[in-house]
Amino acid sequence: MNRAALTNTPVVKSLLRSRWPQLFLRALTLGVFLLAILAGILGTPVGNRNIAIVLVWIAWWGLLALLAVPLFGRGWCNICPIPMPGEWLQQGSLLGPRGKGLGLGKRWPNPLRNIWIQNGAFLLLALCSAVVLTEPKVSAWVLAGFLLVAIGASLVFERRAFCRYLCPVGGYIGLYSQASPLELRVVDASVCASHTEKTCYTGSSQGYGCPWQVFPGGLVKNTNCGLCMECLRTCPHDNLSLNVRSFGADLDVPTGRKLDEAYKAFILLGSAMIYAAVMLGPWGQLKALAYGVGTLPWLGYALGFLLVTLVIIPGSFWLVSMLGQVLAGNKDAFKGRGVKKAFTSLAYTLVPLGMTAWIAFTLSFIFANGSYILPSLSDPLGFGWNLFGTAGMGWTPYLSGIVPFMQVIVLLVGLAWASRTALKIARQLASQARLPQEAARRMALPVVAFCLAITILLFQLLIA
Amino acid sequence: MLGFALAAVFALAAPLAQAAGSQPVERTIHVQASSFEFTPATIRVHRGDIITLEIESTDVVHGIAIDGYDLRIDADPGQTARLTFTADRSGVFRFRCPVTCGALHPFMIGKLYVGNNSLYWGAVLAAVLAAVVGLWSVRK
Repeated sequence: MNRAALTNTPVVKSLLRSRWPQLFLRALTLGVFLLAILAGILGTPVGNRNIAIVLVWIAWWGLLALLAVPLFGRGWCNICPIPMPGEWLQQGSLLGPRGKGLGLGKRWPNPLRNIWIQNGAFLLLALCSAVVLTEPKVSAWVLAGFLLVAIGASLVFERRAFCRYLCPVGGYIGLYSQASPLELRVVDASVCASHTEKTCYTGSSQGYGCPWQVFPGGLVKNTNCGLCMECLRTCPHDNLSLNVRSFGADLDVPTGRKLDEAYKAFILLGSAMIYAAVMLGPWGQLKALAYGVGTLPWLGYALGFLLVTLVIIPGSFWLVSMLGQVLAGNKDAFKGRGVKKAFTSLAYTLVPLGMTAWIAFTLSFIFANGSYILPSLSDPLGFGWNLFGTAGMGWTPYLSGIVPFMQVIVLLVGLAWASRTALKIARQLASQARLPQEAARRMALPVVAFCLAITILLFQLLIA
Repeated sequence: MLGFALAAVFALAAPLAQAAGSQPVERTIHVQASSFEFTPATIRVHRGDIITLEIESTDVVHGIAIDGYDLRIDADPGQTARLTFTADRSGVFRFRCPVTCGALHPFMIGKLYVGNNSLYWGAVLAAVLAAVVGLWSVRK
């Protein structure tokens, strides 16, 4: 597979190694984040006039879903403001290993070294999203809560426990970062094997040991790499490289497929579909159900949400993945851990499908509501200011005649990509079971049919 | 290749949709707007129909803005606002409340169906093609 090393360019390498550009961006995002919290608490209760809603859930979300994750993977995590105060306290410094930090430095418990908590946190946020996404005060307290939990996690546990195991959005970014064309990898694994100090993990005077608790020498997927560039600073052998590669290269890697990540894929796909129905559909009563957080009707909505994301989609996928094993004559799949392996592996087919489903949903949401950004920037608290002369700009939906075509194209790309991924994974499973390649095609077909059905359902929700 | 195939699918679907239309008529449709829904939430008309939407707001100021048609009208509570237009573009178009009306305002949405939705049927055909292309791309 072809890769182009961006770090071969001296300017790029020195920019990535320097802490100043990173600190500048982190300070900027933290400033905006704190302003958003302040605006949410003190500013107007009108959501589309308050930057707590407009900057976070329209501008930031749009950039994240449409550009940052598909192109830069976990690039956003590098400059995310939420873990910053905690990390600075933990490290006792803003610019590299100088001071003595605070905190207990405990190891994250082994049974929790997975993303099940993240899955739960995402679901909790998703269930309350009709309120969180529209009420500035609630939004501000939720954001402030993230900040406090991240600080607490940094003071109790070592490194970035919040990002790795708790952040509700981290699972989304991590899972879909596998599809991005950007990766940080070692150049020569044998160099790492012979380097006894492993400064990329333990740290050195040049930088910290991997904050994400990953040994870069063993890195084969983007999922848990926060692109913080610490390993680029601490490797004495200059053995790390930031590469541009083909989209979705991680999906071809047969190792490291896990059930918690598979479930993340189901949850995200289901959530995109439910969001499309609730936020973009014409069903007023459904919106009212979603908005009534804490009421009895909302409990019914929450139950339905959980049923779709945790039972119906995974259950249907389990059926089609097992049907594929039967069609392929893969008897191994029904022995011991074979069922889990086939189910979990094939679930990664849903990474491109889910990512494009979120892009399609976001396109409709962002272009319809993007015109709230400039007025709210000019009057961030809704107090009647006009800082940039744009406060009086009216609401205008952008590209409303073109967006449905864009959504169709995005979903078609996602489906073709998912079909391709399904067959590649089926080939790996068939090869491990010593089945002929023709069997792989039979194994993949039910999964591809599932993806096709989901795509048509998304067409129904978005353009029909 | 996928691009050519898509273009062919949509080109085939479009005339079929046009042929399915019937004689244009003048229609008046009463739409009630209240927090945060339209009643009826979906409106079906034929392509070429001359439509008058009578919008009645039952609580605060609402209105209707139709995606793809670039039309907008606001409706004060207790006063019926009227919007007349020719439904000359077929497909499905969301209509939204253009006036900030409360927390769920950005999601106050209805759908206008004009004639056949050739985009949807073209997309379904193209999806089958995309799935095949995805499988075919790893044939080696």
